[in-house]
Amino acid sequence: MNGYGGHILRVNLATGQVKKEPTPADLARDYLGGRGFGIYFLLKEVPKGADPLGPENKLIISSGPLSGLLVAGGGKCDWTCKAPLTGGYASASMGGHFTAELKYAGLDSIILEGISPKPVYLFIDDDKIELRDASEYWGKGSMTVEKMMKDKFGEEFQIAVIGPAGENMVSFAHINHDFGRQAGRGGVGAVMGSKKVKAIVVRGTKSVPVADMEAYRKAGMALYKACKDAEGLQEWTRYGTTIVTSWCNEVGALPTRNFSAGSFEGAQGIYGQTMREKIVITDKGCFGCPCPCGKYSKTKKYNSYVEGPEYETIGLLGSNVGIDDIEAVAQANLLCDEMGIDTISAGNVIAWAMECYEKGIFTKQDTGGIELKFGNADAVFKMIEMITKKEGLGALLADGVKKASQEIGKGTEKFAIQVKGMEQSAYQTHNATAMLLAYMTCDVGAHHNRAWAITYDIQVGRDKVVPEKVARVIWLQHFRPMFDVLGACRLQWVELGIDRDLYVPLLEAITGIHRTWEDIEKVGERIWNLTRLYWARENAGFGRAWDMPAPRFYEEPPTSGVTKGQYTKLEDVNKLLDMYYEQRGWDSNGLPKPETLEKLGIPQELVA
Amino acid sequence: MRLYVDSSRCSGCNACRVACSLSVFGENNPKKASLVIEPHFPAPGVYKVRVCTQCGDCAAVCPTEAIKQDAQGAYYVEFSECNLCEACVPECPEEVMFVRPELADTAWKCTACGDCVAVCGTSALWLGEKEAVAA
Repeated sequence: MNGYGGHILRVNLATGQVKKEPTPADLARDYLGGRGFGIYFLLKEVPKGADPLGPENKLIISSGPLSGLLVAGGGKCDWTCKAPLTGGYASASMGGHFTAELKYAGLDSIILEGISPKPVYLFIDDDKIELRDASEYWGKGSMTVEKMMKDKFGEEFQIAVIGPAGENMVSFAHINHDFGRQAGRGGVGAVMGSKKVKAIVVRGTKSVPVADMEAYRKAGMALYKACKDAEGLQEWTRYGTTIVTSWCNEVGALPTRNFSAGSFEGAQGIYGQTMREKIVITDKGCFGCPCPCGKYSKTKKYNSYVEGPEYETIGLLGSNVGIDDIEAVAQANLLCDEMGIDTISAGNVIAWAMECYEKGIFTKQDTGGIELKFGNADAVFKMIEMITKKEGLGALLADGVKKASQEIGKGTEKFAIQVKGMEQSAYQTHNATAMLLAYMTCDVGAHHNRAWAITYDIQVGRDKVVPEKVARVIWLQHFRPMFDVLGACRLQWVELGIDRDLYVPLLEAITGIHRTWEDIEKVGERIWNLTRLYWARENAGFGRAWDMPAPRFYEEPPTSGVTKGQYTKLEDVNKLLDMYYEQRGWDSNGLPKPETLEKLGIPQELVA
Repeated sequence: MRLYVDSSRCSGCNACRVACSLSVFGENNPKKASLVIEPHFPAPGVYKVRVCTQCGDCAAVCPTEAIKQDAQGAYYVEFSECNLCEACVPECPEEVMFVRPELADTAWKCTACGDCVAVCGTSALWLGEKEAVAA
């Protein structure tokens, strides 16, 4: 099938059986790939009420039709499952070179099913597919294992691996690849750990067929040329995502001390410019990317190597925990990568614990003697280790900030910065209503990548609560995640301003099917509604209450910085939701109306 | 003409290798590319890129004279004349002469077509005249 590897690989971990099935043509037509495939299989095959860490949950790993081809940024891989962190939908996007390798091995998806009786790794060398004993790797760090496997199998193999936190089923454990790329959010690493799969190792040497070779090469080259000619290429590539750190601080969007403020007095120490000068040693690109945001760093203070930190990590493990030293942020990043936990959730939950400590809710007795104050980098390092091992206070934090705050009570829920159980990523949203709504309604919880609307807020007036803002968020939620469906990166469009129409002839030349962006966004809307149905199916009473942000954003104005005193009133939060549900064709409780599902052509088998 | 590289500018993205396999074979398959990126991670965190210098050592030893020179001075393999003897492979000082029978029924190498240069976003690759040989 043009543009596809052609097969879905099913791995039954309980029996050790592996089976390849042809990728259904109608699945590719209607859901394209990536997280489209993910939600389809999740709804269809994982039974209602499945334990996220039990044998019924599945880990669905998918490339897309743009992956592994002559496409600027064609290196995105989707990891879908029921999320241990939230009990809802998880879909984590991973860069690097893994997704391309899947295609060269003739695969579009891998579905991990059941639980292995002992630790294993999945070995794929084209058509040679085996589950192998992983006892020599179990218990070791992500990058330690990746290096061991690279040395053993060779550079041509791509490896995705969990750390000890995944093995211990920390609810926000992630999956590492290429020494610093991750499928980060929702606890996908815990699901892999629950299945006792330490790693997936893959090499493929096959060619990926396309429908019209000549048109494809022309369109692929045109996309690369547009990226290379883009005005912002040099500046963007120099700093990557860290370029926004200084901007966020200036506009009051940089999460500071558990989102209590949006500007940080020590921000200069963690700016992208500071990082580039002090620690970056090379750019590190994902597959096919002409504008690599990945920065690879070496710290002097800790004598360590790490990919990053990216902006999100700087926000959460820097300003949000009060750290103003980029080397300390990089070290915390490295520990999270090696242990196998998501830096965003880690920085968020540690900041919550620090606030609890500073307010006297936790004492040294609770922390095991650690002075858990904002700005204490050593305390952050120690907490990362304790979370990984579920040791002392770490055991509480390993469940995520929502559950931890519910267990502690005492009003700590109000400053647990999360939506649907997922810790909010690095944008302060006291006074940025589109971004606030984006977090409230994001289909995995409080994550930024579906609708990055913060710049739009600043552009049109940050406190405005108007239908245009809601429409913008909805459009972004359909458009941006389609890159995760197509298996490519969105940053060429976001950061370089590449004309999105350049993708239209490229996708057509690859798949042989003509699609406009309007057609593609329709698939995006269908997927968005399906993910909503999944949440409702898995959570009794699911509805509006699940879309509410942390009370801090509507009850406690920022204590300092340029947005000091500014916040969104509760009535405006509700107004945002009312407008959002109405524009989406959902009822007042936030559930899709039957006519909306019908209009979108959602098959009955997925609704039941 | 030949290909030049500044490895310190490479980000390891492999766009060049996809473009190369398309140019040489008309296939999406970087395993059939004519340049090599060696990542060295986690330490020391560098990419080393190996490219063909068009030195012609491969052509000099080819028993079937399948490796020919084009008008711009770049050497290329005439696929139909290659017998997969592998004589060329050990001669290549950059280790970018390829024979992998499981992938292709011919040897292959860089033709200095420049497609890799066209997709390299970090300007790590460029085409230039071959250096004059010292007298």
